[in-house]
Order: sequence, then C-alpha cells, then structure tokens
Amino acid sequence: MKIREYHAPRWNEPIIHELGTPGERGFIPPRSEPEIKKRVGQGSKLVPESMKRKEKPDLPEISQAQVLRHYLRLSQMTLGMELDIDLGVGTCTMKYSPKINEELAGMIKDIHPMQPEETIQGLLELAYKFGDVFLREISGMDAFTFQPPGGSAGCYNNALIMRKYHADRGEAHRDEVITTIYSHPCDAATPATAGYKVITLYPDPETGLPDTEALKEAVGPRTAGCFITNPEDIGIFNKNIDEWTGIIHDAGGLCSYDQANANALLGVTRAREAGFDMLFFNLHKTFSSPHGSSGPGSAAVGVIEELEEYLPVPVIIKKDGGYVLDYDRPKSIGKIRDFMGNLPVVVRSYAWCISLGAKGLRTAAEISMLNNQYLVEKVRKIRGVTLTYPAKRVDQARWSLEQMKQETGVGIADVNRRVVDYGIQSYFMSHHPWLIPEPFTPEPAETYSKADIDYWCAVLEKISEEAYTDPELVKSAPHNSSIHKVDWDGFNDPDRWAMSWRAHRRKQR
Amino acid sequence: MLEAIDAKSTDELYAEMIPDRLLLNREMRLPEPFPDELGLKRHVAGILAKNKTTEEYISFLGGGCWQHYIPKVCEVIQSRSEFLTAYAGGVYSDQGRYQANFEFQSLICELLGMEVSGLPTYDWGAAAGNSIRMASRLTGRNEIIVPKNMSPARLSILRNFCGSVDPNGGIKITLVAYEDETGRVDLGDLESKLGEEIACVYFENPNYLGVIESEGAKISELAHAYGAESVVGVDPISLGVLASPAEYGADIACGEAQPLGVSMYAGGGSCGFIASRDEERYVAEYPLRLLSIAPTSVEGEYGFGQALYSRTSYMAREKAKDWVGTTTVLWGITAAVYMSLLGPMGMKELGETILEKSHYAAEILDDIPGAFVPYRGFFKEFPVVFSKSAEEVNKQLLEHGIFGGNPLTDYPELGQSALYCVTEMHSLEMIERLEAALREVLA
Repeated sequence: MKIREYHAPRWNEPIIHELGTPGERGFIPPRSEPEIKKRVGQGSKLVPESMKRKEKPDLPEISQAQVLRHYLRLSQMTLGMELDIDLGVGTCTMKYSPKINEELAGMIKDIHPMQPEETIQGLLELAYKFGDVFLREISGMDAFTFQPPGGSAGCYNNALIMRKYHADRGEAHRDEVITTIYSHPCDAATPATAGYKVITLYPDPETGLPDTEALKEAVGPRTAGCFITNPEDIGIFNKNIDEWTGIIHDAGGLCSYDQANANALLGVTRAREAGFDMLFFNLHKTFSSPHGSSGPGSAAVGVIEELEEYLPVPVIIKKDGGYVLDYDRPKSIGKIRDFMGNLPVVVRSYAWCISLGAKGLRTAAEISMLNNQYLVEKVRKIRGVTLTYPAKRVDQARWSLEQMKQETGVGIADVNRRVVDYGIQSYFMSHHPWLIPEPFTPEPAETYSKADIDYWCAVLEKISEEAYTDPELVKSAPHNSSIHKVDWDGFNDPDRWAMSWRAHRRKQR
Repeated sequence: MLEAIDAKSTDELYAEMIPDRLLLNREMRLPEPFPDELGLKRHVAGILAKNKTTEEYISFLGGGCWQHYIPKVCEVIQSRSEFLTAYAGGVYSDQGRYQANFEFQSLICELLGMEVSGLPTYDWGAAAGNSIRMASRLTGRNEIIVPKNMSPARLSILRNFCGSVDPNGGIKITLVAYEDETGRVDLGDLESKLGEEIACVYFENPNYLGVIESEGAKISELAHAYGAESVVGVDPISLGVLASPAEYGADIACGEAQPLGVSMYAGGGSCGFIASRDEERYVAEYPLRLLSIAPTSVEGEYGFGQALYSRTSYMAREKAKDWVGTTTVLWGITAAVYMSLLGPMGMKELGETILEKSHYAAEILDDIPGAFVPYRGFFKEFPVVFSKSAEEVNKQLLEHGIFGGNPLTDYPELGQSALYCVTEMHSLEMIERLEAALREVLA
C-alpha cells in the first residue's frame, strides 16, 4: 500500500501576545445611546473607587483580520479527527459526527436556561424522549439525567448518589468502593473525591481477566459499592459481570457501570441484565457528539427505579401534556452542574440515534466490533507488537511495544511522534499505571472503512520496519510535524514551567 | 471482512466474548428512524421550533448564564473542524490546539492578574468547588466561609464538593451574611466567623445579587489575618473596568468564561476557570490539566506539554487532586479568540456600556410605582422588588414578549423580587419597552 507523503502546516506562529501594535482594535463594542449617558454619566464613574481597574489588562491589541488569521493557522496546525484516520485514540470512540447535527444543536444557542418552561417545550421534549424512549431501552435502566457535563462528572454523580443512598439508610459507615485497575481512572478518582476509600482489584496476570475471587475477598460490611468499566479499557469484556454485581449486592453495596465507551454494545448487551443500579454513557463518545478538543461533553446517567429520587435537580418530567423541570425532590443529591447540563450535546445525540433506529444502532455496534477483530488480526502480524493477554477483545485492544523497545530501543513515545509524519493522529498512550509496558490502545469505531484500517496498519508496519532498520529516524521524529521534538524537562520544574505568557516572560528574563 | 478474520457472523463473534445470558437477543424497541438527512432535519428542527429564544423575546435573565454579543469570528473559529473534533491527541498532531489552550490560560491570567491557569472546567460551580478543595488542602483546614449572596445553585454544587463519606474528611461550610442596605458581604459578621480553623473565605464579585464587592481588599485582608486563603469568583467580562482579583488580594480566582464569546445554549455554554499565583504549592493542588510552554529542539520554536501531570487523576487515580476529565475546552478556545479581539480597549468600553445601560435601566425601573431597586454599585445585574409576586410579573411580561428576571426565591428577605440583567445587548428601546410593560403590569 502506498503511504502518503504528508507534511503538517508549519506556520511558526507566534503567541498572540507577540502580535499586533498598540492602538490596533479587533472589535468595537456597542456604546450606550446619548440619552442613557446623559442620565447616568460615564460608565467608569459607576464603579466604586476601590474597585476601579488601575492598570489595563495586558491583552493583545490586534486587528480582526489578524486574530482570524492567527487562530485559523492554529486550527491548521491541529489534525483533529475529521482530517485523518483517528482510530489510534482508544477509550475515546473517535467516530464521525454528522455535520447536520451541528446545525440542529445551533438551534438552541440563543436560549437562556432560566426561560419559562412553556418557552422551551421543544428542548424539554427532546431531552425527555432521548432518555425515556432511547436510553432506557438501550440500557435497561429506569430513569435518566443529563446534568453531568462530562464522563468523569457522571461517575462523580454516581458516587454522590451512592453516598446519599447509604446515609439515608443509616449506613454511612460504608466507606469503601471497589474498582479494577483496567477501569477508567475516573472510577477510582471520583469516589475518592466523594470521600471513599478505593480498593483496586488486579486481574489474573496470565489471562488479564478480572479476578472474581479477589472481589469476594474485597467485599465486606464497609462495602458501599463498585465502579466498573466493561469492556475494560484493555478491551476485555468481563464475562462474570453479573456474578460481580451479585457479590456487591449481597454485601449491601450499589453497582455503577462505566459505559463511557459502549460503542460495540449497543443493542447487544445492557446494564440491566448485568445487574447494575446506575450507569453513565458519554454522549461525546458512544453517541456521536464531537469531542470539542475536550468538551463540552455530557454523561447521560441512568439509574434503577429505587435510585430515581436521588437524581440531581432539575429532572424533566411530563405534566399535563407538557414538560416541566422538577426541583421539588427532597432526596435529590442537589446540583452537580448549574442549570440543565450540556443540552446541545443531547440534541446531537438524539439526532444521531433517531437517524439510525434500532437496526442502525446495532449495526454501528457490530461494525465497530468487527473493525476491531480485523485490526487485531492485522496488528498481530506487525513485528515488535504484541497483544499481552490472549482473550478476544470487543471494541479495542491494548497492545504493547515492549518487544520492539527491547530489540530496537524504539518505544511507544517514539512511534507516537513518528505516526504524525504520516498524517495520522498520535495514539492515545493509555492511562496509567502501565501494567502493560509501552502500551497503545487503538479503537476502530464504525466510522472507519476497511481501507482506513489497512492504511493505518500499513503506517504502523512501516514504522516497525524503520525501527528495525533505522531506529534513529523514529527516535528523532517528528520530521514533518508543525513542530519538532519538545523538551519535556521543564514540565516538573517550577523555575521553568510557565502556564501563561506573563509567567514565561518573567522566567525568561 | 468476516472472511479476512475467518468468522461466520458478528453474532458468533459476540457469543465468544459475552455469555448468552447477558445478550439482549432481540431487537431494541425504538422509534422508526429518519435515515435521510432531510427527514432527520425536519423531524428534529420541528421539535426544536417549539422553543422561543432570546432573539424573539427581550430577555433580562442572567444569574450565571448571560446574553452577550458573540463576535462572528468567535463562531468561525469554534466551528473549525479541527478544534471541534480534536480530543486526546498529542502535541505533535495537535500543536495548534495546545497553543490555543495556552493562549486561553495566558489571556484569562491577564484579566485576573494571575500567572497560572489551566484548561477550563465545567462551570463556575465546579471551578469554585475545586478552588475551595485546593484551599483546604493547602491550609490543612476543613472549614470555609461563603457568603449568603452567592448563587444558590453554585452553593448546592459546593455542598456536594464539600461533603464526604469520611466523617473527618468533609469541609464545613459557614454562611456569612450580607448587608441589607448595600447587598455586600457583612464585614462584621465575617470577622466574627473567622478563626484559625478556616481554610478560605470564598466570595463572588460581582456577587449573585449583581453588586460589586467594593471591600474586596478588606475581605482578603481579614482572611489572611487568620491564615486563610482568599478565593474569589468573578465574571471576567467585568474585568476591563473592575480591579483584577489579584489587586484586592485574591490567592485563587475562579469564575465563568461563558460571557467571553460563548452562546448560552440553554446553559450548555458554561465554562469554568481557575487561576492563581505561580507558586509550586498552588500548582501542586490543581486538579486541572495545566499546559506549559516549552522549547523544542529548534531554536525559537514553541512547544507545549502538561505541567506536573502526575497530580491528575489520569495518572494518580484515587490519589489524585480531585479529578479531571472532558470539560469545556472548545469554549476556552472561543474565549481566547474573544479576549484577543476585544483587547484592553474593547474590554474597557464594553464594561462601560454595560454599567451605563444597567444603571439606566435600574433608575427608570426604580421610578415605577410598585417597583423598587434596592442597591446601587452593581455591574450588570440588580434585584427589583415588586409589589406583586415576581412569578406573576413574569407571566404578564411574557405576554409583552419579555423574559423578566429570575425570581429570587432563595432570598425571601428581599420580598417579591427578581434579578434583572442588562448588558450591551439591550438597546434604549428595549429597556423602554420593559419599563412600559412593567408600568402596565404593576398598575
């Protein structure tokens, strides 16, 4: 297969503060009408003396054309998802988001969240139906909320429900939660933020399969519940997941399912049958809302009936033939996000689901699973790349370049820089800790064709060849990127790090 | 493809991975789809057309999400395919995104008078929650003081951030009163509540009632006298005319960047930020991803990467500083474009326009029999106290094509009141229409 000759745009673009000249303007704000000024005087005189800004902020002074040019250049120096075959960024479900859905989401841009309910009936209807008709059927859960503004926020939301549920039952002593090391880091970090002690289970070292015996040993009277990603972040589905939820329930705990990346499971298997009490879906992953350079996203949280009263407020309910926002929920955990969450994300996800229907969603799942089987067969044959555990993977697989590293000195960080030279988005380097050394986790969502996967694998194969014949070429990469190799030494050094231009200038002096 | 992997069907493949008892084994019961784009568009647009928007009605709603003018260039950049669809790629493929994020940090720091910020978080409430937890860890103390004149929704968010399963692990929240006459934090009450156990004093400027906390320096001074941190939440669109939090002693600043060029999206435009001085002990407590500038192997070239990444939950899991995840980075990029466009002059002039229009509106509403504006010295929002219920007033205003202010139901001491927001979006004519409608409603 012919590998493209690619070179990223390299604008050597200055920092915005280095552009412009004093007195240049990019935007003229509206001014008050003369009648207004006549009555109240100059605006700056309306600020109490003690709170007047003494020195003007050191923002750039720059024309509109130049601001546009600057940020267009920065966008060009960003590969994003749509320009390339972005299947290397696993656990992220980098699928195509239909462009029409942007226009539909834009229809709510001028709505204020506190408008009277009768003026946002369309929005409430759409969100209600998406939860009530689609997500309940897809998951088997009983009630949904879209308040959590991201996947980890959804996980945190579930930790808060767990906390309140046990407290209400006089069981506040339940202060331990259980997760697995291959569950997403948020399954450990968010319950910890809620005050839980986190017990992390490790898999069988030979098979990588979650260890049911370890779970049985971990549960006890202090168990509040579990937070589990399935398929785990390495792509293995826990076949005993219903036994796991049974063990947690027998111990008196609740079970929260991390279904951020449920892409290959739509219409195939559900949280309900697996015995979970709560789940979250990332609408910006599985449900096709664009990732926005890392948000705005949304976690759709679903719960069983018994937990519905704990959902954050407001909850959209049906009343007298219309939809209202219900705040009067005494057992609710209260608020975790201002207003109603990220509803434009919900609009896009609704549009995606209703464009596909039951068959279409199932087909998307099947293709993404099949794509992964195909990818596995191809990557398996590439020199220096190994699959650590033998089990079949569902939507993604965690691979290792340990062998390549030992044989050539070229590891995942090097390969990850080199792929950019071929116009491929850097891989996701996998969450820590790296139990599987030199890891990467491609996830070929349904977006990618067979030809896409062939090309992606051909690039990896080429880099493998380079590693074994000319390792320096890979180690000194990137060569065709917007920039060259970054000096990482300063990122942990208070004298050298700089999180703003003003800090940078001070430290350069 | 099945052939290439030597499989018969997807069902067979699933059966190898997932036990039969967990398979759904039936088709999902979902509505008939709209597979063609035109049909889809008509269907979804048909539902959303039932909404009314602030383009059709004159809106005086604020309270944490505000209508401001969005410069067209902001929309052009935020809808660029590259920024819209990027996610977790590295600096070599997404250098431009990293630089835009670094510029967001740099520009917001200029408004705040700070030197460190990170990628934005979900909203002001989450930013305040993280800031307070940072202060608690920094001081090793687990009590905080927050004002009664803060956003009630944000306070609810804070209560979640401050709660804990661990009986010794939570953060106790004490409310400080505000003065009836001015709407500002009551310094006497604050002093009486301060002590060596307080991790921080958190206050908002302008506060939820819209009033500028003109004694901000005094509040910070009192906090510092007890070894507590001063944490301030701000609306950054005010910072062309208002002092930066650093100027009145804030140690940690946070707030809401939605006013900086992001549409309201029914509340989906929220974008929180956190900033502080560049001291290692502060940096070490951030939960956010912090982008640092760095040299590359080529002289004069800028690279970027994450500072002290080991703090974050991506690396430290349950030992991390709170957690980090997918937040609101696209809005941060939009805000960077906005701050670059406006510059110091634009921010100043815009702030003046808002002050003038809001004060004009307050004055003419105050003249209406049955309406009373209790405070002056605000920025863009102010309570109006009515002679009849604020819900009833709003109901009637709706018939005049007006969204009245948010009823202040959490502030019974203010009587039948609503929070009105006036910005550069409101022409003289719009304000006069509100006045005329209110005269009729209150007559």
